Amino acid sequence: MNNVETIDRSTGRGSSAGPMIRARDIGNFPKEHVWNGFVKGAGIFMIILPIAIGIFLFIKGCGTFTTYGHSITEFLFSADWNPADDSAGGGTVGAAVYIVGSLYTCGLALLIAVPFSLAAAIFMTEIAPVLGNRFLKPAVEIFVGIPSVVYGWIGLTILIPFLKAVFHLNQGFSVLAAGIVLAVMIFPSITTLSADAIRGVSMDCRKGAYGMGATRWQVIYQIVLPAAKPGVLTGIILGLARAFGEALAVAMVIGKTRAFPKSILSATSNLTSAIASDMGGAMEGGEYNTALWTMALLLFLISLLFIFIVHQIGKHGETENAAK
Amino acid sequence: MKHADNTVRKWDEYMIQDAINIIDSQLAHSAETNRSQSEEDTGIYNKSENVIKIPKFSVNDLNLHYGSFHALKDISINVDKNSITALIGPSGCGKSTFLKTLNRMNDLETGVAIDGSVRLDGTDVYKDMNAIALRQRVGMVFQQPNPFPKSVYDNVAYGPRIRGIKKRSELNEIVERCLTEVGIWSEIKDRLFKSALGLSGGQQQRLCIARTLAVAPEVILMDEPTSALDPISTMKIEDLAMKLKEKYTIVIVTHNMQQANRISDKTAFFLLGEIIEYDTTNNIFLNPKNKKTEEYISGRFG
Ligand SMILES: Nc1ncnc2c1ncn2[C@@H]1O[C@H](COP(=O)(O)OP(=O)(O)O)[C@@H](O)[C@H]1O
Ligand SMILES: [Mg+2]
Repeated sequence: MNNVETIDRSTGRGSSAGPMIRARDIGNFPKEHVWNGFVKGAGIFMIILPIAIGIFLFIKGCGTFTTYGHSITEFLFSADWNPADDSAGGGTVGAAVYIVGSLYTCGLALLIAVPFSLAAAIFMTEIAPVLGNRFLKPAVEIFVGIPSVVYGWIGLTILIPFLKAVFHLNQGFSVLAAGIVLAVMIFPSITTLSADAIRGVSMDCRKGAYGMGATRWQVIYQIVLPAAKPGVLTGIILGLARAFGEALAVAMVIGKTRAFPKSILSATSNLTSAIASDMGGAMEGGEYNTALWTMALLLFLISLLFIFIVHQIGKHGETENAAK
Repeated sequence: MKHADNTVRKWDEYMIQDAINIIDSQLAHSAETNRSQSEEDTGIYNKSENVIKIPKFSVNDLNLHYGSFHALKDISINVDKNSITALIGPSGCGKSTFLKTLNRMNDLETGVAIDGSVRLDGTDVYKDMNAIALRQRVGMVFQQPNPFPKSVYDNVAYGPRIRGIKKRSELNEIVERCLTEVGIWSEIKDRLFKSALGLSGGQQQRLCIARTLAVAPEVILMDEPTSALDPISTMKIEDLAMKLKEKYTIVIVTHNMQQANRISDKTAFFLLGEIIEYDTTNNIFLNPKNKKTEEYISGRFG
């Protein structure tokens, strides 16, 4: 044992020397100590931070129900939004318009993005893998990184006038515009994750199907896509989560009108743009400000739900694999 | 003479005539209904014994290149109907490559150039047949059991479904028949609707064979189907292959000399992309003509 330690010290290697060196010995290296502390600290911080944010949101957001005595039903289902901008309260906090706006735009975005994403993912993996790997994959990955303000601005400059002209509208701001901008934003991430999932389907399975006389489309639809389903769903839900949380790009094209949208072409508002545009003006601790915090809490809970679903899908996939 | 087995005559010149002879005599047989069955059978049997059996596959001067690599060199071989043909030889000698030319699985790879002819019942599979139709007639079982990540039932029903069979009762019948044929029906009939990935390796491989049978193929290609299995499962697959040859033609690649010896009727020895010797399994194992064959089967290389 002594011998081993000496050799190890002389070569200056730390933990890479393997199980022969005990933790006590590693502690002798100051560098190890510092790095160990740093990594552990970062790890603990990563756990504490989201919990702290959750608690903070919870305390702030619950004020609507505790301090100002509104009911959860009112907040979720009433469209009567007129909170008082002071700590006396007495206004109304029905956020239904914003909630519906968020659901509507995100649902529409998914409806537009998912078929395109799946088609693109299939194209770059199954139909033209060489082209896909060399050009499409990097191109799509660049798209993921474009800041949302750029999408919003392009939407504002090109999409809004376009919709105005095509549908003869007074103004182009609409659910449709927001849906399209969000769809363009989430398309790359859904595509990337779906393509990864499709690439992960074993070649053996495909060969099995081809060997029985299946055509390429039969193999893709009946074998590859079902096997890639957990990964594709994860991509869709992460895309949905991004769409739900997106404020800037949506705020630029949705019209910010506090009314239920009469059609896909009417302007409305949503949770994120309402928070973003009103938070600056509302008095700290007042009813208005607190109601906005409640909306933030709702967004937080929704994203938690999405993450929970992604984990459930992941676990389901693992048990299926473990059965092998 | 390219044929390693010189008892086989050239297809083009003689076989078609032979085939016509046999078909004629069988037609005559079914027409003459008033004569006694047994008499007739012996008559035809005697007649057809003088005739060379029609081969299921007839491969002539087949050459295959992967890019610039010459993987198969002047392969000419006839595969008998309702028999087991074993392909043996060291790794990397082109056995799998050859097997894949028989149902055009090579089409899935890029940079493969093929010339020469592969005929199934006399029809050129590369020139006059579509790969999808071919693979429904010539099924394939792989080295690693590869059930689809679906239920046992859906695995077996997959082939019939892609051929347009939708009726539940019909599918039920096919699933039961094929699983019975491979001998796992009683073992797994209670878990038909659970994932096939939960089965043991041996069961998975037999399921894969059942899945192939469900398409009602004429030929089953097996590429080292038992090399990933334990001895007992291996024995079961061997027994199954011997049983299946009554209805199907089987071509099997194997690294296991005993296996080739036990189950096959004819054996082809591959070396560096060539068929060195092709003969009845008895002749190959008891008195090989080529020195290389002898060295290989006695385990001196490979
Ligand atoms: N898709 C391919 N591309 C290029 N070379 C290949 C490919 N498949 C097989 N080969 C080569 O062809 C030779 C024969 O391979 P294979 O038929 O798999 O041999 P065996 O089944 O007898 O072990 C090997 O040298 C192998 O490296
Ligand atoms: Mg092989």
